[in-house]
Amino acid sequence: MGKYILRRLTIALPSLLGISVILFVLLALAPGDPFGELATNSNIPPEVAAALRVKFGIDDPIYIRYLRWLAAMLQGDWGFSFASRIDVDQLILQRVPTTLFVVGSSQILALAVALPVGVYAAMRPYSIFDQIANTFAFVGFSLPTFFTGLLLILVFSVNLGWLPFVYRADIAATGWQWAWEYFKQAIMPISVLGLFQAASYTRYVRSAVLDVIRLDYVTTARSKGLNEGKVVIKHVVRNALIPVVTLVALQMPAVFGGAIVTEQIFRIPGIGSLLISAILANDTPVIMAVTFVFACLVVLFNLLADIIYGWLDPRISYR
Amino acid sequence: MQERELRDLIADVKTGRLSRRSFVQQMIAVGLTAPMAGMMLAQSGVAMAQTTFPYKPTKAGGGGLLKLLYWQAVTLLNPHFAIGTKDQEGSRIFYEPLAGWDAEGNLVPALAAEIPSKENDGLAEDGRSVVWKLKRGVKWHDGKPFTADDVVFTWEYARNPETAAVSIASYKDVKVEKIDDFTVRVVFAKPTPYWADAFVGNYGPILPKHVFADYIGSKSREAPANLKPVGTGAYMFVDFKPGDMVLAKRNPDYHVPNRPQFDTLEVKGGGDAVSAARAVLQTGEYDYAWNMQVEDEILLRLEAAGKGKVTITPSGNVEFIQLNATDPWTEVDGERASVKTKHPLFSDPAVRQAIGLLIDRTSIEKFIYGRTGTATANFLNNPERFRSKNTKFEFNIEKANAILEAAGWKKGADGIRAKDGKALKFVYQTSINAPRQKTQAIIKQACQKAGIDVELKSVVASVFFSSDTANPDTYPHFYCDAQMYNTTMPQPDPQLFMNQYVSWQIANKENKWQGRNICRWQNKEYDELYKQAEQELDAVKRAAMYIKLNDMVVGDNYIQPIAARSRVSAVKGGVTAHFSGWDNDLWQLANWYREA
Amino acid sequence: MAVASIGILTLLTAAVLFGPLIWRIPINEIDFTARLAHPSWDHPFGTDDLGQDLLARMLYGGRISLAVGFAAMAVAIIVGVLIGAIAGISRGSVDAALMWITDLFLALPQLPLLLLVIYLFRDFLKNWVGAEGGVFILIVLVIGAFRWMPVARLVRAQFLSLREKEFVEAARALGATTPRLVIRHILPNSLGPVIVAGTIDVAAAIIAESTLSFLGLGFPPDIPTWGRLLFDAKDYLDIAPHWALFAGAAIFLTVLTINFIGDGLRDALDPRRVM
Repeated sequence: MGKYILRRLTIALPSLLGISVILFVLLALAPGDPFGELATNSNIPPEVAAALRVKFGIDDPIYIRYLRWLAAMLQGDWGFSFASRIDVDQLILQRVPTTLFVVGSSQILALAVALPVGVYAAMRPYSIFDQIANTFAFVGFSLPTFFTGLLLILVFSVNLGWLPFVYRADIAATGWQWAWEYFKQAIMPISVLGLFQAASYTRYVRSAVLDVIRLDYVTTARSKGLNEGKVVIKHVVRNALIPVVTLVALQMPAVFGGAIVTEQIFRIPGIGSLLISAILANDTPVIMAVTFVFACLVVLFNLLADIIYGWLDPRISYR
Repeated sequence: MQERELRDLIADVKTGRLSRRSFVQQMIAVGLTAPMAGMMLAQSGVAMAQTTFPYKPTKAGGGGLLKLLYWQAVTLLNPHFAIGTKDQEGSRIFYEPLAGWDAEGNLVPALAAEIPSKENDGLAEDGRSVVWKLKRGVKWHDGKPFTADDVVFTWEYARNPETAAVSIASYKDVKVEKIDDFTVRVVFAKPTPYWADAFVGNYGPILPKHVFADYIGSKSREAPANLKPVGTGAYMFVDFKPGDMVLAKRNPDYHVPNRPQFDTLEVKGGGDAVSAARAVLQTGEYDYAWNMQVEDEILLRLEAAGKGKVTITPSGNVEFIQLNATDPWTEVDGERASVKTKHPLFSDPAVRQAIGLLIDRTSIEKFIYGRTGTATANFLNNPERFRSKNTKFEFNIEKANAILEAAGWKKGADGIRAKDGKALKFVYQTSINAPRQKTQAIIKQACQKAGIDVELKSVVASVFFSSDTANPDTYPHFYCDAQMYNTTMPQPDPQLFMNQYVSWQIANKENKWQGRNICRWQNKEYDELYKQAEQELDAVKRAAMYIKLNDMVVGDNYIQPIAARSRVSAVKGGVTAHFSGWDNDLWQLANWYREA
Repeated sequence: MAVASIGILTLLTAAVLFGPLIWRIPINEIDFTARLAHPSWDHPFGTDDLGQDLLARMLYGGRISLAVGFAAMAVAIIVGVLIGAIAGISRGSVDAALMWITDLFLALPQLPLLLLVIYLFRDFLKNWVGAEGGVFILIVLVIGAFRWMPVARLVRAQFLSLREKEFVEAARALGATTPRLVIRHILPNSLGPVIVAGTIDVAAAIIAESTLSFLGLGFPPDIPTWGRLLFDAKDYLDIAPHWALFAGAAIFLTVLTINFIGDGLRDALDPRRVM
C-alpha cells in the first residue's frame, strides 16, 4: 500500500505539470485580453496600452510566458493581478476562509441529508418515504441554483424579511451577536448549495445501497440470521460507500474552488466569484492561479479516493 | 445648428431669457456634453454658477453607517489606475480633484479655492495657460498639509508612460508649474479652449507626493498606497478587499465644515444589477446601488415597495446601431470588412433608410428602457426637428416597405426581399445584456414584416468589448453586418469622441483594429471639418462644427441612434445624494446625508 | 410507474414535435398590450415581458431542450462508461493515463474553454453543417465533454470493486473472456450510478444549454429553450411567476419520467431483482 501511494505521488507531479501546460496554453489562446478596456477608451493613447502590454509581457510567445510563470510559481510567486494590481496569492488568501466555510458547510449538509435519506429509501424501495424522497430529489436537480437562490431570497428576505441576502465577510459585531449575524446570512447560500448537492447524492446513495442489497453476500449475511441493522451498517453501507466516496472526492475541490453561481447571487466573496470576475476581466494570472490550485486538489482528492476504495473493500488490489 | 443659432441661444442665456439648464439640455441633445456647454458659456461671458448642494445636518458625524452597493466590485483604489467606472468611484471616496463637473456644466471646486476665469486672472488671454488657486488648510489623511507640490507631483506621476496611468492623456501634453505653495499654472502646448481637463473630474484626483514619491514610473505598481489610499476626501481608509468591499470612516479633519455626516462607510461589490436594486428598493438593506442597468418595468415594481427611489441622471451615453459600410463576409488581403469593399446591401441608401424606419424607438423606450433611456433627438439628421418637442423618430413599416419596393427590392417566395440575386438578410450582433436582446427581438420582428431577414447574434461582453486582435467577435473587428452598443464619452470634450468617423481612424488589420472608426464610414468633407475643428479656438464656433460633424454621420443613416441612456442609481428613502452625469456618482459624497 | 412515465414522456415529445402545428401563434409575435399577462384562454401559459406567447415558446423551445438534453446525456454517459470501464478493467498505465485525462477535464476552467471553443469552431461548423445543425452538434459535444468525468470515475470505482467479487471470480474461473466478463457480468452490475448520472445529466444539460446560449455559444438569443425561459424569467419571479413556472415544471417532468424509466429499465435488466 505504501509503495502504491508513493508511486502514485511520483506520477502526480509530472501529470500536474502536464495539466499546467494545457491550462496555460488554453488561457493564452482563449479570446479576450486584460487590457481590452484600455484599448477602447479614447482617453488612453495606444503607446500607453502598448507599454502596459510590454510591462506585463503579454505579447511574448506562449512558451516563454509559460516558463516565466513556472519559474515564478516554483519560487512561490503566484503572479500579479492585472485588474487589482496586487499579488495573486494575497487576493486568493482573502477569499479562502469564506469559501471553505460556505461550500464546506454545504457539503456537510448535503451528506448529512443524503446518507440517511438515501439508505432508508433504498431499504424500502417504492415505499411512500422513498417516493417522497425521490420527488424532492428530482425537484432539487431540475431547478438550477440561480433559480432556487432567487426563490429563497424572495421568500425569506423580501417577503418575510427574516434574512439578509447580501453576504458580508466583515460583520462589525462581536461575540454571540457576530455568530448570529454570520449564521443568518449563511443559511440561504448553504441551503441552496447543500440541498442541490443533496438531491443528487440522495439518488446515488439510494442506487448504490440498492445495488449492494441485491448482492449475494448480503443475502447470505441475512440468511445467517444477522439482524437487519447490523447487516445494513456492516455490509451494505460500507460497500455502497464506494460510489459515494467517488462523488465526494469529485466535489471536494469545489470546496476550494467555490460555487460561481451561488456566490454571485448572494455576493459571497469566495474563490468562485473571484474566478468569474477574473475571467470576465481577462485577468489571466488570477485565473491561472485559481485553476491550477483547483487542478492540484482534483488530482489529490482522486488519489485519496483510490486509497479509500482499498480500505472500504480490502479485496480491491493495487498493482 | 449653426454658429449663429448657438450665439443667439447664448445671448438668451446672458439676458436670462433662456435658463442655463435648458441651454445645456439643448447642447446635449445635439451631441455635445454639459461641460462643453459650460465652457462655451464661460468663454462667452456667462460665468459659471456657484453650485450649492442642499445639506441639512448641522454638524459632522452622527449619521451612522452608509452602505453602498456596487454590482461590479471595486478592484483597486488608485484613481490613476482606475480602468472601469467602478474603480474610479471607489477611489473617489478617498481622493479629490481640484474641481468636478455638475449636471449643468458648472465646475464645482473641491481642492481648488476658486474656479479660474478671466475675471480672476485664472485664464490667459492667449488660451495657453490656466492658473489654479488651491484651497488652504487642507490636510491629507495622515496629517501632512496639501500643497502645490502635490499637484505638480500628480502631473509628473500621471504623465510618465512608465507609470502606465489611465489618465495619461490628460497630462502628457501639458506642463505644470508651481507658482507658490498654493498656486499652480497649467501650460498648454498650443492654445487650448478646453482647459479644464487636467486635475478635473474622473481623471483629476490629486495624489499625495509624500506617499507616492518613491513609486513613480515602473515602480508604480509596488506602491502600498495603491491598496491603502491616503487622500484628502471626506472619508478615510479602513479596509479594502479587492473585488469585494471597501470600508472607510469619517475624516475628522475634512476641509469643509460640518461634513460628512456619516461615521462609517461600507462599499460592497458583486452580484447582479437586479438584486442590487432589490437590496435598496425592496428590502432597504443598502442605502445606494450603482448603475441600475435593469428594465424600467422591474425598477418601477420594486419602487412600489416604497423603501427607496430610482434616481435618473442624464448623461452623454447613446445606445445605437451601426451598419457596416464595408462587406464583412468577403476577405480582402487577409481581413474581412476591408475598406476596399462596399457592403452589398447597406451601400444602397434605400436599405439604410428603410432600416431607420423599422426601429421602433418609441416602444423600445416605453417597454425596455423606460425612464432610463429616452428615444433620443441626438444624432438627428435634421437640426430643425429636435427643436420641436413633438417630433419623434418615425416608425413606419409601410413606408419602409414602399421605399424598398421603389428601390427594386422585391419579395420572393419566402417573403424575403431580394434584388439582383442578393437577398435582404443580415446578421445583427450585440453584447449579452437583457435589454439589448429585447431590443434585438423588437427590431427583428419589424424587419421581418418589411421582408428583411435578420439573424441575431450575441457575444459575451468580455469578448465583445475587448481589443483582442485574434478574435473576430470583438466590436472593433465588426465582422458582422450590423451591431449595437452604447457609446460613452470618457472625456467631456468631444474632440476625441468625434474622431471615430474620420477616415484615418478606420479600424483595420494594419492598426490591429485599434482604429476608432469602427463603422468604416468615410467622408472627405467630414475629415476636412474635423481638422478645422481641431484648430478652432472659439468655443462656440468649435461647438457648431461638432454639431455639423454629428449631423453628417447620422444623415447618412449608417448610424442609427436608439436611446439616450441615463445614469440610473437607486437611493434608499431618507438619504439625500447628489449626482451629475458628467462626473462620478460619488463626486459629492461629502454632501450626502440621511434624515431620520 | 415506468410504463406511465413512458406515456408521459411520449406525450411531452409529441407536444413539442407537433404542438407548434396546432398552436399557431408565432413564437416571436410581440404584443405590447399583453405584457406579462397571466394564463388565460388567449395565452394558456401567459406571456413574457414583450407580450410573446409562452405556450408557443415552450413548445418550440422544448424540441431543442429535449434533443439537447438527451443527446448530451448520451454523449456524457457513453464516453464516461467507456473510459471508466477501460480504466477499471485494465489498470496499470492505461488506468493512469485515462485518469489523468479525467483529472485534466475536471480541472479545466469551463468558461474560458467555452469561449475558446466558440471562437475556434463556431464559424467552421456553421459553414459545414449549417447554422442550426452546427450549433446543435457543438452544444451537445461541449456539454457532453464537461459531464462525462463523474460517470467515468463512478464506473471505474464500481469496476475496481466488482471485478474482485465472487460471481466475477466464478465466471473468470469458468473461462469467460475479458470482454464477455465486462459486458455480461461487471457492467450490468455497475449500471446503478450510471442511470442516476444519466437522469441528472439530462436536467443539467437542459439548464447548461441556457447558460451556453447566454454566453453566445448556444442558439441565437431569440430561440426560447426551456433553460433560457427559466433564466429570463428569474428577475420577474415575484411579478410574473407563471413565466418560470411552466418551464421549470417541464424540466422537472422530463427528469421525473426519465428517472422512472431508468429505474424500470434496471429492474428489468437485473436478474436478481428485489422481491
